[in-house]
Amino acid sequence: MNNEPRHMRRIVTAWVIASVIGDLLWWFLVGPHIPPGNMTESAHWNQFDFNVLAVTAIPVVFMVWLWMGYALVNWRDKPGVPDPVGGEAAKAPYRVQAAWISITSIVVIAAAIYGTVALIGDHGSGGGEGPNPVWAPEGAVAANTAAIQGKATWSPAGHQPLVVQVIAQQWKFTYRYPAFGGMETSRLILPVGTDVVFDVTSLDVIHDFWAYQLSVKADANPGVNNVAFADTHQTGQFMVRCDELCGIWHGAMYNSGRILSKTAFMAWATKTEAQNASNTKYLPPFAWTYTPDANGASGGLYPDGNVTPYSPYDTYGAKQPAS
Amino acid sequence: MTMSGRLGAVLGLFVIAVGLIIWVLMGLLTPGTPEGVVNYVGSSAPGQPVNLTLQTVGTIGFGDHPTWVSYLARTPQGEWVHDTTWQLPADTLINVTIYQYDSGGPLRNQEFGQVTGTVGNYETVNGKTIRAFNSYSGAGVGHTFTVPALGINVPLIANSASTLCGFAPCHVSSAHQLIHFSFKTPARTGEYHWQCFIPCGLGYLYGNGGPMSTQGFMGGFLDVVSQ
Repeated sequence: MNNEPRHMRRIVTAWVIASVIGDLLWWFLVGPHIPPGNMTESAHWNQFDFNVLAVTAIPVVFMVWLWMGYALVNWRDKPGVPDPVGGEAAKAPYRVQAAWISITSIVVIAAAIYGTVALIGDHGSGGGEGPNPVWAPEGAVAANTAAIQGKATWSPAGHQPLVVQVIAQQWKFTYRYPAFGGMETSRLILPVGTDVVFDVTSLDVIHDFWAYQLSVKADANPGVNNVAFADTHQTGQFMVRCDELCGIWHGAMYNSGRILSKTAFMAWATKTEAQNASNTKYLPPFAWTYTPDANGASGGLYPDGNVTPYSPYDTYGAKQPAS
Repeated sequence: MTMSGRLGAVLGLFVIAVGLIIWVLMGLLTPGTPEGVVNYVGSSAPGQPVNLTLQTVGTIGFGDHPTWVSYLARTPQGEWVHDTTWQLPADTLINVTIYQYDSGGPLRNQEFGQVTGTVGNYETVNGKTIRAFNSYSGAGVGHTFTVPALGINVPLIANSASTLCGFAPCHVSSAHQLIHFSFKTPARTGEYHWQCFIPCGLGYLYGNGGPMSTQGFMGGFLDVVSQ
């Protein structure tokens, strides 16, 4: 008669209890505080996705820990007892191995499929697909088209997306608002409850626009318009950082932004448009990208031979999409 | 060796290893004050404005990179020094004078043609008040004095003279633009990065290499300390 206790039943019982407790604690206590938070729709879904991955992974982690701990306590070498060098007790339980490999493989593949589908859809913010992302919020394409045609508008009463151009340069981000006379500012201010279209570009090297609380991260490449989206949910402050090593002052390339109520945003935008008017009139027309060698300092700074002779206004901000 | 002896040795080595890792990490994470700090703290009575006098030159004329463009600072004792980290008292009005000896051109981003963050959001250039400058006009802009974290940006209008001073420190008898503005240092102490936003690194890719990417030339820190 086999006097061995039912090891598998013990392990599985402990595992189920620990996993249920661990998952519940994670979902209700830890989950709501997981970055990137809830400032935007995509941030909310990113948080949800992280928590789905966490409650999926917790049972796997617990099983590994429990099995290891149980083995260390119960199957360790004991004084006076010979090592189990052969026989039935030393055989690998193939069914357990096969089940473990199958279950964990299914979990990993399911997580990969879930993550891919979610990010292609509205859980993501675009950000890596250039000027024509596979998914865009309703009205975003029309708003961007209006911006390039100089017809961008936005009002607190309407539902149209707000277009904001993110311009990276060594070593600072600036932001243009085509709906407000094409003004350019040093701080990113956004209205709550609004779809925002970010047109991200660079005037020099590759940077990366990363506003993690908004769940937006998009490379800023010279000569490329990289489009990303955010649907703002909460008012508050967020940080913008460059996430691409871009030179000596890369570490200083950050600033803060705010999401305001729609009326507060409108008041800020109107006031800033008026304050900046004396400089905005010298800015180039709104364009997807700007040509550094056409509007760079003194025109002759560049050793690569790709130098356009300085000719103000007719080449400044020259790259427009084909109409 | 006994079990307790081995355990003690392992624990001792572990503590030493952790200590070494923490020491290395602290060294990397604590930059400290860079060398070459020009100290303006104490140059005026506490609470009184501090005078910060600078010059920008097209070619510094000495050192390892004599052809590089650079800022220079005048110490409270009146000596011109080649340092770009300046120690300033917190929560204090700083009156800045810049002798701008360099030529210029259009800004890469005209956004930096607007004066921001100074007292009254303006500068004076040879006595004329300027709030925004069209860098496509005249000789353009030579350099900027910009402190992103404090929202300060001042375009330094280019010197249009045909003959430029080419060896620093330049004398006021050389053609220059005389620029004045004031700003207030924050109450919160710390190191605030400043830089020029004209890509003026002649001969480097996008103009942002060389003097633009070497501390001590076209960028540095405002080391704001309590007085």
